[in-house]
Amino acid sequence: MEFFLQLVLNGLMVGALYTLIAMGFVLIYKASEVINFAQGEQVMIGGYVALMMLSSVRLPLPLAILVTMGLMALLGFVVERGILRPLTGYPVVSVIMATIGLAAILRGVAPWVWSAEVRGFPAIVPSTPFRVLGVPLAPINLASAALALLCMGVLGYFFQRTRFGIAMRAVSDDPRAAAAMGIDLRAILALAWAIAGMVSALGGVIWGRILGVDPYLAIVGLKVFPVVILGGLDSIMGAVVGGFLMGVLENLAAGYIDPLVGGGAKDVVPFMVLIVALMVRPYGLFGREIIERV
Amino acid sequence: MAVYQLPLARFGLVALLVVLFGVVPLTASDYALSILNLVGIASIGAIGLNLLVGFAGQISLGQGGFMAIGAYTAALFALRLEAPFWLALPAAGFSTAVVGCLFGIPSLRVKGLYLAIATLAAQFIIEWNLLHSGWLTGQGAQGALVIEPATLGSLVLDTERRKYYLIIVVALVATVAARNLARSYIGRAFVAIRDQDIAAETMGVNIFRYKLLAFAISSFYAGVTGAMWAYYTQVVSYEHFLINTSIDYLAMIIIGGLGSVPGSILGAAFITLMPAGIRDALEALKRWGMPGTLGNFAYVREIIFGLAIVLFLILEPEGLYRIWRRIKDYFRLWPFAY
Repeated sequence: MEFFLQLVLNGLMVGALYTLIAMGFVLIYKASEVINFAQGEQVMIGGYVALMMLSSVRLPLPLAILVTMGLMALLGFVVERGILRPLTGYPVVSVIMATIGLAAILRGVAPWVWSAEVRGFPAIVPSTPFRVLGVPLAPINLASAALALLCMGVLGYFFQRTRFGIAMRAVSDDPRAAAAMGIDLRAILALAWAIAGMVSALGGVIWGRILGVDPYLAIVGLKVFPVVILGGLDSIMGAVVGGFLMGVLENLAAGYIDPLVGGGAKDVVPFMVLIVALMVRPYGLFGREIIERV
Repeated sequence: MAVYQLPLARFGLVALLVVLFGVVPLTASDYALSILNLVGIASIGAIGLNLLVGFAGQISLGQGGFMAIGAYTAALFALRLEAPFWLALPAAGFSTAVVGCLFGIPSLRVKGLYLAIATLAAQFIIEWNLLHSGWLTGQGAQGALVIEPATLGSLVLDTERRKYYLIIVVALVATVAARNLARSYIGRAFVAIRDQDIAAETMGVNIFRYKLLAFAISSFYAGVTGAMWAYYTQVVSYEHFLINTSIDYLAMIIIGGLGSVPGSILGAAFITLMPAGIRDALEALKRWGMPGTLGNFAYVREIIFGLAIVLFLILEPEGLYRIWRRIKDYFRLWPFAY
């Protein structure tokens, strides 16, 4: 029972991170129906920039995080302007390939500029673990869970209560109608990419603190796909629930299936869940049932 | 309508065959032949993927995984059953086609980016299974298999030149088959599904059948590519067939031209030759006194690879084949502009 509890709690902690990354993904999908294969790479860049702000520029932590978020928002904006806007109206495969190309560029640039060695992040929160129900948990993990929930709250408020948030929902609902009502589509898309950049900056800080900053940080981007398919591509709530669920699921798989198959269940079980989810409920747990069905 | 409308094109075809079978193998160095061999193998896979993505409009990120199935099937046929090459090659194609159909089933439920993600999952599931199938490959975690060179009768295809002949024949068969397939009822059904699936269904195209057929044919090509790769390198290891391979092949057909068989070959050549080109360029830069450029090869390669994809998408979405056609038209119509 303690083993089970440990797996679940640790899964929730990892899931918090998936949640953060999945939210950036959902934001972009909601606004523009673009699927961003460079999400993981953006998180990696976020980690590098934050590290640079802390160790080279020597900013205090809160300021460093804010500056990183600003720079990542700028990057998102530039990507939207430079790569995705020219591709408006192109077939899906082109847009997917464009973000894959972007991912390759970022993967090449980051280690070139900042070196490919793993570099530790300065401690953000105390590192002595404390116990929840007898299971030791690292404070950084709790911080990331708290941050994910905070982000969800902020984004939820943003979408429900603010002008821009409501405009964004209108655009994702029906871009033409939204434009007819005077909403600036271009501004909304740029905003979505900027916010997604900020969220991935936070992901980069947390993930970088846990794993150290190096190009492999980008691999976390692949975890996004099972999470968002399970939760629903266009639902922030889905990203959160999907993230926590998938974190727990893969941890349980690692705990109980690994001994049977000799390791690696963590990497494959989410994708098996993904296939099942696609077959049974393609729009996910919280997505709207309007996706293209055959 | 004939495939080649102009007498010049037919003459050009004969000339091309003479060059491919006569001039090149007699004059090219082993290094040049090895690059041509890689281009030839990649062309088969790119054509197969283009039939699925470019013609039928079904996105697949699983080409690497499908190629792995073909490579392992061929290797296992050769090692366990001691099957000759001419048997192992189609066996690889057919077994991969079966697996491809299996993972093509989601295409009946979802399309567009959902399908892209489903095939991404296929890639990871296949990768993982290869890594954990020591019971089958019997070589532990790396799953590397070493096979003998291909033989046809008493002929052992063990040098670059001999392999070249084999690869060029298979690649030509693959090209001709794909071009004819594209012109047939099947090819037109693919295009109809790509352009407007509902309209296609109204016109009497059985979407269920043709989507699965697209996956089957494309996977068959992927399996043959994997088998050719296995016989070419004689070492089969799962590391050659990761997600990066899938992305490379998608890049080939994007850069070459979606929905074009000759474009697939041009794209395969572009992506295969690119690393060598970058390396040469970096070496030149180093000779001119740029310090430390060669050490950055891996990064430069990634960046140029990404840039090539993005720039082609934005500036010339129809790819190299469109550029080639423009050049051709220019000379054909000269001295007029149109």
